[in-house]
Amino acid sequence: MNSLLLKLTLVAAGSLLTGATAMADALTGPVTKQALNVPAIIMFLIFVGITLYITWWASKKSQSASDYYAAGGNITGFQNGLAISGDFMSAASFLGISALVFTSGYDGLIYSMGFLVGWPMIMFLIAERLRNLGRYTFADVASFRLSKRPVRILSAFGSLAVVALYLIAQMVGAGKLIQLLFGLNYHIAVVVVGALMVCYVLFGGMLATTWVQMIKAAILLFGASFMALMVLMHVDFSLEGLFNEAVAVHANGLAIMSPGGLVKDPVSAISLGLALMFGTAGLPHILMRFFTVGNAKEARKSVFVATGFIGYFYILTFIIGFGAIILVSTNPAFKDSAGAIIGGNNMVAIHLANAVGGSIFLGFISAVAFATILAVVAGLALAGASAISHDLYAGVIMKDNADEKKEVRISKISVLVLGVVAIVLGIAFESQNVAFMVGLAFSIAASCNFPVLLLSMYWRRLTTRGAVIGGGLGLATAIVLMILGPTIWVQVLGHATPVYPYDYPALFSMAVAFIGIWLFSVTDNSAAAGRERDLFDAQFVRSQTGIGASGSIAH
Amino acid sequence: MSGPTHNDTQWRDIQRNASFQELVQKRSRFAITLSIIMLSLYMAFILLIAFAPGVLGTPLAQGMTTTWGILIGLGLILVAIVLTGLYVRRANGEFDRLNARVLKEIGQ
Repeated sequence: MNSLLLKLTLVAAGSLLTGATAMADALTGPVTKQALNVPAIIMFLIFVGITLYITWWASKKSQSASDYYAAGGNITGFQNGLAISGDFMSAASFLGISALVFTSGYDGLIYSMGFLVGWPMIMFLIAERLRNLGRYTFADVASFRLSKRPVRILSAFGSLAVVALYLIAQMVGAGKLIQLLFGLNYHIAVVVVGALMVCYVLFGGMLATTWVQMIKAAILLFGASFMALMVLMHVDFSLEGLFNEAVAVHANGLAIMSPGGLVKDPVSAISLGLALMFGTAGLPHILMRFFTVGNAKEARKSVFVATGFIGYFYILTFIIGFGAIILVSTNPAFKDSAGAIIGGNNMVAIHLANAVGGSIFLGFISAVAFATILAVVAGLALAGASAISHDLYAGVIMKDNADEKKEVRISKISVLVLGVVAIVLGIAFESQNVAFMVGLAFSIAASCNFPVLLLSMYWRRLTTRGAVIGGGLGLATAIVLMILGPTIWVQVLGHATPVYPYDYPALFSMAVAFIGIWLFSVTDNSAAAGRERDLFDAQFVRSQTGIGASGSIAH
Repeated sequence: MSGPTHNDTQWRDIQRNASFQELVQKRSRFAITLSIIMLSLYMAFILLIAFAPGVLGTPLAQGMTTTWGILIGLGLILVAIVLTGLYVRRANGEFDRLNARVLKEIGQ
C-alpha cells in the first residue's frame, strides 16, 4: 500500500524520480545492485545467530498446541505490544515513509496517520472481546455461535488471501533490499528469508516468532531514535529550524509543508482511510497476537503499548525524512553523476545513517532494515499455517475433534509448504509489479474479515448465511474493484482507462459486505438461525466478563 | 474451541445481575464515545485534505515555516495514544473491579 501511495505522489508531484524506485510494503521497479557491504552482512549474521538461539530455546518450551499457536498465553502485555508494533515497523514503513517524507514532506505524515488510527479502534471495539472469545485464530471468534464449517472456511480463505499477498510483497521486497543494502543477489535473499522464516515458525512456534519480532522492534526503535536525535542536534532541537532548512534546500520549497498529491479525490481519500483504519482490525497475523497474552487486561495493555510505539516510530520517520532532505540531498557523496540518490530514494534513511553515524552505523541500520522483513514474514507464515491447521483441518475436516499433536504437525507441514511457495513466488514475481498487493491485502481484511468479526461480536441477529454470503461478497468486491481500478487495470494490465476510477475499493467493498451480511441475516428465518441468535447471550456474557475464556485464571 | 458451556438460564441470571448491567452500560458508553471522537477527528482530517488542503498549509504564525498541518498531524498521533491510554486506565481499573464484583456475585 505504501508504494501505491508513493507512486501516486510521484505522479502527482510531477515526479522527482525516474523509474519506480518507490519502495514500501512492496518494493517495486528495477534496482541496481550495490557494492558488497561487509559490516552490514556481519551484523545481520549476528542477528540471525541470536534469533536462531532463541528459536532453539523456544523449541524446548514449545510442547502443546497452545504453546505453538499462542506461546502458551504467557506473553506479557508490554511484550506483546512491542511485538505488534514490530509488525507495523516493517522495512517498508521505515524506508518507504522516510522516502515519502523526503520526496514530498507533509504527505508522509498523512500516510502514517492512517496506519495509527486503526489502533484506538481495535482497542475500543475489538481487543478485549476478541481475547475473551477466541483461542488461536480470529475464526474462533467469528464462528463462536455460528455454524463452524462455513464460517471457518470463509475466515481461512480471507486469512490466506491476506497472508499470501502480504508474503509475496515482502519476499520481493527482501530480494530488492538485499541488492541495495548488502550488494548480494536477489535469489539469495528470497531463499534465505524463506528458509529462516520456516525455521523460526517450525521449531519455535509463536514464542520464537514473538521474540524475533520484539528484538527487531527494539533495535529498530533504538536505531531510528539515534538518527532522529542526531538530526535534531544538527538543528539545535528546533523543529522550526529543521523545517526552515528543509524548505530552503528542497526543490518543492514551501509545498513540502502542506498536503500534496497523496490523495487525489475525496472518494479515494475516504476509501484509503477506511482500508487503513479497519484493515488493521482484520489482519490475521495481528489478531493472532491477542491470544498470546493471558487475559483481556493484558490484551488492552498491549494495544496501548503498541499504539505508543507505533506513534513514536512514525514521528521518528518524519524527522528522519526531513533530516534526509537537509543532510542527504545536499551531500554529493550520496548522489550519482546525474544527481539522483544512489540506490534510489528508498535509500535516503540508509544514507542518513551513514551521514550521522558513519560506516558502522550504516551497517547496523542496513542489517536492521533487512532483519525487519524476517520478523514480519515469520508472523505471516504462522498466521497462514494456523488458518490451514486450526481452521481448515481441525475445524472443518475434523469438526473440532482433531488430535492436538496431529493438528500441530499439520501446521508445521503447512509452514514448510508455505515457505517453499513463498520462495517460488518470490522468484516468479521478481520483475512483476507487486505494489498493489499490500493495498489489496488491507482492503480484503477490511471488507471480509473485519465485518464478519465485528458483527459476530456485536450483532445478535447475525446468522451463518449472512456472514458467509456478505463476507464472501465483500471479499469478491474488493478483489474485482482492485483489478478494474487504475493500479492493476491500467498500470499492470496496460489498458488505457480504468473501469473503476478510484485507487482503493474499501468504501464500496465494505458497504457491500455490511449490507450483504445484514440482508442475508435478517431474511434468514431458519431454525438454525434462531439457535444462533439464542446463543448470543451466552457469547455476550463471556465476551464481557471473560468467564470461560481460554487460559483465564479462575477468580 | 469451547463453545457456550452454561445452559441458557444461567447466562440469563448473569445478564439480570445489576452489577453486570452497570459494567456493560458504563464500558459500552465509554468505548463508543472514544470511538466516535477518534473516528470523527480522523475523518475531519481526511476531509480537510480532500476539500481544503490549503488550511493545513497555513503557517502557525506570520513568517513561520511550521504549518497548522504539522501541528494537527502530530497532535492526532498524540490524541490516538492518549485516548487508548485513557481507555486502558479506566478498563483495567474501574471496569475490572466491577467485573470482579460481577464474578463474585454470581459465585464464579
